Amino acid sequence: MVRAAPSGLDRLAPDGSSGSAPPIEARGLRVTFGDQAVLRGLDLVVGAGTRLAVLGPNGSGKTTLIRALGGLLRPTGGRILIEGQAYSSGGAAIRRSIGLVSHQGYLYPELTVWENLRFYAKLYRVPEWEDRAREVLKRMGLYQRRAERAASLSRGMAQRLTLARALLHDPSILLLDEPDTGLDARAFATLEALLREVERTVVLTTHDLDHALRLADEIAVLHGGHLVDRVPSAHLDPTALRDRYAAATLPRGEPAEV
Amino acid sequence: MPAFLDVVGTLVWKDLLSESRTKDVLSTGVAFALLVLVMLNFAIDLGAENVEAVAPGVLWVSFIFAGTLGIGHAFAAERDRGTFEGLLLAPIDRGAIYLAKVATNVALMGIVELVSLPIFAVLYNVSPAWLQTLSAMALGTIGFSAVGTLVAAIAANTRARELMLPLLLFPLEVPVVIASVKATAAAMGAAEADSLPWLQLLVGFDVMLVAASFLVFEYVVEE
Repeated sequence: MVRAAPSGLDRLAPDGSSGSAPPIEARGLRVTFGDQAVLRGLDLVVGAGTRLAVLGPNGSGKTTLIRALGGLLRPTGGRILIEGQAYSSGGAAIRRSIGLVSHQGYLYPELTVWENLRFYAKLYRVPEWEDRAREVLKRMGLYQRRAERAASLSRGMAQRLTLARALLHDPSILLLDEPDTGLDARAFATLEALLREVERTVVLTTHDLDHALRLADEIAVLHGGHLVDRVPSAHLDPTALRDRYAAATLPRGEPAEV
Repeated sequence: MPAFLDVVGTLVWKDLLSESRTKDVLSTGVAFALLVLVMLNFAIDLGAENVEAVAPGVLWVSFIFAGTLGIGHAFAAERDRGTFEGLLLAPIDRGAIYLAKVATNVALMGIVELVSLPIFAVLYNVSPAWLQTLSAMALGTIGFSAVGTLVAAIAANTRARELMLPLLLFPLEVPVVIASVKATAAAMGAAEADSLPWLQLLVGFDVMLVAASFLVFEYVVEE
């Protein structure tokens, strides 16, 4: 049974030797809600251009990790550095470099698709925002629906609009909490292409092992408040990943919950 | 500063556009204010000798009750649909969010007041000095919204926010409400010049309340 965090598994950067500040660095990250510890001294370094998928059972802290990295909740302990800066000292600059997709889409249902993007483009001071909004909407297959209210979109389309919103300001870091939720095969292929074609640092969570292998070039497993496994996805096939995931998260003999 | 004001303008644009489509605040606010005015008109025995003393209080009771509904909605709606996190994620000064919400609340409450005032004048048979009355309404509404917006942000994080908002808000609003009622009463009955000291006091309250709330808002919205 693999449980808490052997230090070698809570390992850091893929190469571990970057001279400049890594885009994402968390040291001793602890988050507690009341008396429940969700993250228990987690260490994580994500190098520039790395696409890291974080897997873990329900309640393992994946969403909490994304929210903490995105500055949406203040850690109980430890520190988070985004491109070498702490939120306390570089809040606005850090937030400009991050695009975040969470379970909530941050969309205004009574505004149209276009108005939602206009709103966020103005907040992020996107230069020539109309061109950029047109570009991301076309990529996500929503340009023809730009005059429709967000409330009228299906779940999958709303998720595509959420992704368009997160990409609108061309962030260097993407934090994606289950970005594949509700996406059909075509939209997922678009997401996969988007993540591959631009050099961005990505941390994403998913419950789908196949999706993790397609979207990420590293896979980590979060369990018991620590990262208990981390491996390049090129070394894995779906079966190997499933075995590895089961070994990392469950007592032997029980089926893996993914 | 232009960038800051541009962000405030963008946030206000979003709120007013949303409201123009849902009319959640305006419809309930106007209906509620008129209901209060009508009910109190029946409940209070007003004569020529006491109308100038009582009517301003009635008017402000209707404004405050209706305004509390709108102010509570400002953050509750953002929290309920999760969009408030989207605002916190954006690289903007938290103070811009506060000022935008205050501006939106003042605008919406102002519309409710402008609809209610003529009906109030007919129902209660008063003919106020309009300039002084409108000044008192504007300054009182700014003060009310300055505190109300901050308290609504606090209450939105609580379980029983509909109860917490008036419980926290009304005691804090006492100075603004007293000054607003006095200024309005002076504009309705006494010599017009008498409202000036109360209007000056309201200006002082507004500056102090907006500045203090602006400074602490950042700490209120951090999770």
